[in-house]
This record gives sequence, structure tokens and C-alpha cells, in this order.
Amino acid sequence: ILPKGSTHQTNMLLMSVWSCFFGQDEEDGTETGEGDEWMQGKTLIKPLDQLDLTEAELKEEFTRILTANNPHAPQNIVRYSFKERSYKPISSVDQLAVHFVLEGNLLHQDSDEARRQRAKQGLPEGRLPGLLELLFDQICCFLQEQTFETAVAEKPETPAGKKEQKITNQFNFSERASQTLNNPLRERGCQTEPPPRANFSATANQWEIYDVYLEVLQKQEKNKEKAKAVPKKDDDKGKKKMMLVETQSDDITKVAKVAKIIERMVNQNTFDDIAQDFKYFEDASDEYREQEGTLLPLWKFQYDKAKRLSVTALCWNESYKDLFAVGLGSYDFTKQGRGMLVFYSLKNSTFPEYIYPTTSGILCLDIHKHLPYLVAVGFYDGCVAVYNLKEETLQPIYKSTAKSGKHTDPVWQVKWQKDDMDNNHNFFSVSSDGRVVSWTLVKNELVFTDIIKLSLEGAVSEGPEGVQLPIMACGTSFDFHKQIDYLFLVGTEEGKIHKCSKAYSSQFLETYNAHNMAVDAVKWNHFHTKVFISCSSDWTVKIWDHTIKTPMFTFDLNASVGDVAWSPYSSTVFAAVTTDGKVHTFDLSINKYEAICQQPVVAKKKTKLTHIEFNPVYPIIIVGDDRGYVTSLKLSPNLRKKPKEKKGQELPKGPEVEIAKMEKLLILSRTKKIKTDYKS
Amino acid sequence: RPDVIQPGYEPGTVVTDAVPQTTAPLGSPSEAEVEETLKRIQTHKGVIGTIVVNAEGIPIRTTLDNSTTVQYAGLLHQLTMKARSTVRDIDPQNDLTFLRIRSKKHEIMVAPDKEYLLIVIQNPSE
Repeated sequence: ILPKGSTHQTNMLLMSVWSCFFGQDEEDGTETGEGDEWMQGKTLIKPLDQLDLTEAELKEEFTRILTANNPHAPQNIVRYSFKERSYKPISSVDQLAVHFVLEGNLLHQDSDEARRQRAKQGLPEGRLPGLLELLFDQICCFLQEQTFETAVAEKPETPAGKKEQKITNQFNFSERASQTLNNPLRERGCQTEPPPRANFSATANQWEIYDVYLEVLQKQEKNKEKAKAVPKKDDDKGKKKMMLVETQSDDITKVAKVAKIIERMVNQNTFDDIAQDFKYFEDASDEYREQEGTLLPLWKFQYDKAKRLSVTALCWNESYKDLFAVGLGSYDFTKQGRGMLVFYSLKNSTFPEYIYPTTSGILCLDIHKHLPYLVAVGFYDGCVAVYNLKEETLQPIYKSTAKSGKHTDPVWQVKWQKDDMDNNHNFFSVSSDGRVVSWTLVKNELVFTDIIKLSLEGAVSEGPEGVQLPIMACGTSFDFHKQIDYLFLVGTEEGKIHKCSKAYSSQFLETYNAHNMAVDAVKWNHFHTKVFISCSSDWTVKIWDHTIKTPMFTFDLNASVGDVAWSPYSSTVFAAVTTDGKVHTFDLSINKYEAICQQPVVAKKKTKLTHIEFNPVYPIIIVGDDRGYVTSLKLSPNLRKKPKEKKGQELPKGPEVEIAKMEKLLILSRTKKIKTDYKS
Repeated sequence: RPDVIQPGYEPGTVVTDAVPQTTAPLGSPSEAEVEETLKRIQTHKGVIGTIVVNAEGIPIRTTLDNSTTVQYAGLLHQLTMKARSTVRDIDPQNDLTFLRIRSKKHEIMVAPDKEYLLIVIQNPSE
């Protein structure tokens, strides 16, 4: 009977099985042949529902492969892939088929669980319980109703050093416990006040070390001084109090110096182009102009409160080359009022450095050559005063009074002299009352000495009671010789210039009939010892050799000349200012007859220029006018010419050159004079 | 937040009388004179603002708003300290006089003192 669905091959297998049973010779391959014998006895019985296959189909070979695949495993599991957002078949499916699972209860002896169990049993680690012990344990466990867990390999080792276990009553044991009252725990602590701490940090730079050393040095010096002098206790206390007050408040006055610096910086920024011009600009067009030069306007100095006043005096400070003093007052007889002494620095053209208001108009001033803080001032009311710039007060330190010999008429010129034999400072003044007075600063007062009285020759007036009084000439200007100490010139209102000596108080050495009107200024040449210049309201400027009574050169400037000044760098250059607002600059070595520069320097035509001064170092001049403004101007290169060097020759430098230059001119003019005199 | 003091000083009126008390020479200047100098700086052409800073870097006087003042004061104080340290390290006898920082828009000028620092911001092209 063939099983259902069997195929040809299984038929074969079955056949071979049958043949084995019968023990027939099976070496013969064709089992069917053997079987056939037996089989012939029986016909093949086909089951009724066996498939009817054709011969071809019967011969068809079917291969059956034994694989390791699990036939029950699904072959087409699909999973949703979020990456591709679609269902994707899984490539590999688990082919494991589990047939049988049995949980074992063996433990590795070194595993955690085993150790725990051993600990429970109270055996030391690493040691395996012996057989007897096992039995014992078993009984105990049984009685105590504990679960028994199998021990692993038996090692009949006697335990050594077994822990003493309290053997409890096996049969009748009950554990009783009770708890005593727990004392409440309290924690008490205390903390002391921590010691005061301060953080200190500092950098140790080279300059900090230097500062500290300096301080120590100063303290030491102070101590030395204290040791020498007996200190007054009151003073110290007073000083201490002062110190305390200063450190407590946010004193704004300490910002003063810094504020000054900042003001100058701010001004420098605003007037940057002027500052650059002052320093570096040289007029290039001078090369194309043969002889003429120009004046470049730089800063303009004005002070609000001095608007109504006119500039009556200008003076540069010898030690601080950027500082100059301006005296303000009025030349007008009817408009006399207050005056001002103002100091400006070139570094700050918007506001003066020092301001001293005065009751009477100032007419002249002079700054001491060696002590730049002493200023002598002459007033319209005839007083003279000395100011000390270092002092805090606005008042002069010395002032002449009616008692102490002040002039009765306006003082037109003051000039400092060298210290006298007692090392007291002294200065001279000249005034319209005809006196030239020397004032000496002796301790706290001003001592005067009449040097000379300018009397009009021959003129005598009838005084009261028939006494004949000599009429005094009015001195309007004077100048002292640079080298010869006792020699000086005085210009008068009558137009005469007198050469005087300090030694002779009544007589003049020489008189020059200089001008037709008052002599406004008379100045010695800086280089040549014989030459001086004078100017007057009669429109002329004259140059003299003091040995000759007639002027060497005369220049007519078409307007009343206010002031004239020699240049400090050349013996032949000088400048004059006129009331029509022009500055005339002359260089005698270039042009003997005309000015090489005539330039109006003020905006409004009605402004009269009153004074002019050359800066001793920089190539600039300052010009004062009658509106209270001071304008600074830079001299172009043509105005500052030095003699040309001949090829191959070294240029000689120094004042000798200047003297020689002047001398040459003088000789020329002298010879001309002699000729003209001879002719006439 | 540091307390910034706004200047409230009104300068004196113009004097017409005999001996007007306007300014004192710089022996030790009065408070009025310093105030006047500061006021002149503030009203000078192109000046945007002025700040006075004390030794700790706290502004005590200013013409700018609070936040700008604090910022300027803090930053420039540090810079000035550094600059001064540099100058003095090279030569301990030397000291910093002033510091100018010119930028595209304006110029910051700092003048340090022993205890104070004066900062002025100016627009030089104005």
C-alpha cells in the first residue's frame, strides 16, 4: 500500500525495503527486477485517489534539497521604513527554530548568586561545604522550613577557623526583641568670628618701585629738616587739618592743571591748520617775488572784557617763548578808565593765561629778562607797579604812590635794568612830567631815584612869587643801550631825542632834532652798537648813527607811525606799524628806500595799529590794535634773508655779520652825506 | 551704579566795576576758575562731551548721558593706566602727559593727573 501522494522515488525506496525483508541478492541494481518476481505474484494496487500522471510527468525529476532554513519561518516580513517612507521587506529573517528549552538550576561557584548563598549558609568564601555539613544543613533547613539549594562538587575538607555561630535552641526558639528609647540627637556647634581678611594685590613695576623709593627719600629729607629746625606745633596741626580737608572732598581744583592741558589740546585741534602753518609753512611764492615778502596771518587773540580797550603795550617773555604780555588801556585823553594786563600763550589763543584788571589804563610794560614772573607796568595815572605772576593775588606786589614819588603824568615807558650792587631789582620809567626815574625794589617797597629831568633848553617860565621854573619836556619813550650800560636815549613830545647817561642827571650828552611831532618810539639796534631807530606821528621813521646828528635813513610811511621794532635775527630788518592798519617791513640790505612788504593786517580799515613786537625765536610778529585785538603774523622767507654765501666760502655766522652789514650801509650813506654836505 | 554729578555752576556776571574779581593767576587756582575753564572747554567748537573721572575710575562730572559716560570712563581709565605704565616702565622718571586717540569720527583726548582723569571728545573737523 503506497502512502498517499508518494512519488516514484518513494516507490523505489519502499521497494528496496521490501526486498531487504526477503533477503534477496540486492547487489543487483534493478530492484524492480528482484521484486518483480515477487511482485509478479501480485499486481500493483493503486490507491483510488492516486494522481494520474503521464509518462513524461512520471519521469520528471524533482529535486529536494536539505537546507538549514526553517520552513516555518516567514519569508516575506515587511517592515515600515521611516527613512524611505514605505514598506520594505526585511532581507534576513531569523531562521532559528527552538525545539526545546529547559531552565537549569546550576550555578557557577564564583558567581555572585553562589557567593550570596554561601554567605547565607555561613561558610567562608571559596570553600565548599563538606558532605556531613551538607547533611546537617539539610536537616536544619528542613526543620526550619527553608528552601534547600543544591551545592556543587563535594570536597570533604574539614573547615578550619570556622566562625563561631551562636547555636540557637533548635526546638523551642523564639526571638524576642525590644527597643529602648532612642535619645534624641542634638547637634550643637559654634563658630568664632573669622579673623578679618583683606585682599591685597599690586603690580611691581619698575616705576612703582621707583616711586616708593622717591617717597622714602622725601620722607627722610623731611625728617632731616625737622631735626634741624624746631617745629612749631601749631603749624603742624594747622597743616594736618588742611590735609584732612583736602583728601575728603572731591576737590575739583586739582583738575586745574589737567583742564589747562586739555583746553590747549582742544584749541590745537580747532586751530590745527594755523598751528601747522606756524610751524611749517614757508611761502613758496617768495622765490618768484624778487624782493618782496608777505605776512601770513596766524592766530588772533582777543579777550571779551578787553573789547573797549586798545593795546598799549606788547612784550614777549624771554624765558617762555610762547608767552607774551599785552597791556590794555586807552590813548584817548577823554576815554580814560580801567585797564588790563593780560598774558597770552600761543598754545591757547581763545583765552588768556593770566588776567590782571587795573584801575587805570596801562601804557607800557616790561618783563624782566631773567625772572620771567616779574612784570613792571606803567599806568596812565602816573603810577608804576610790579606784578609777580607767581602770586595768587590780582594786586601788584609793589605800587608807587603819591608819597613814594609817582609820576604826575602818564608813564610812557618802563624798562628793567640789571640788578644793582645790592642785588635788588630795579627798573626805569619815563613820563610826560619830564622825569626819568629809577625804581628799586627794596624788600617791601619801591624806592625811587630821579635820574634825569628833561628840561627844555632855555625855556623858563614864571612861577608864583617870581621864581623861575624850568619847563619840563615830556618824555615819551626811551631805550637803553644793549652794551653800554649807562647810555640811554629819551624821545620827547617835542620831537627831540636826547642821548643821556645815568651818571649825569642834568645834562644831555647829545640832542637830536628828530621829528616834528612826538617821538613815539626809539630803539637801539640789536647788533650794531651805534645805530638806533625812531618813529613819530609825523609819518616818518628815521635811522640814526648816534655819532652823527642827522639821520642816516628816513622813510615816509604816509600815516602816523605807532611803533617800530628791530628784528632779532638781522641788523637790517625792521618793521613799523601805522594808523592806517598796515605793517611796513624793511630790509636795508635789500632795498634802502622802500619797504619790502607793506601789508594791511586788520579787517576793518578804521582800526589803528598801535604796537609791534618780533618774537625772539620764532619768525612771527605780534601786532596790537586799538580795538584790543592782537594779531600774530608769520614772516615769509624773503623777510628773513640772511646774506648769500659765495661759492666756496663758508657762511660766517653770528652778530659780527650783522654788524658788518650795517656798517657797510652806513659807510655808503655817510659818504653820500659828505658829498651832499660838500655840495651844499 | 555710580552717581554722576551734573555740573550746576553758573558763572559770575560780567564785571563793570573798578577791580573786577574774574580770574586769579595760577598759583593755586580757585574753584571758580577751574569751573570756568571746564565750561570753556565744553562750549568750545566741536567738543561733544567732557568727563571728569576720579582715581577709582568713577566719573564725577560729565556732560554726556549716563551709560556712555560709564562706558567711556571704564575703558579709558584702563587704557590710560596701561599707557602710563608703559611710559614709566621705560623710564621711571618720565610720566604720561596726555593721550590722544584719533578715530574716523572724532578725537578722544585724555589728560591724566595724580588723582583725576579728564576726558574730552571733540570732532576736530567741525
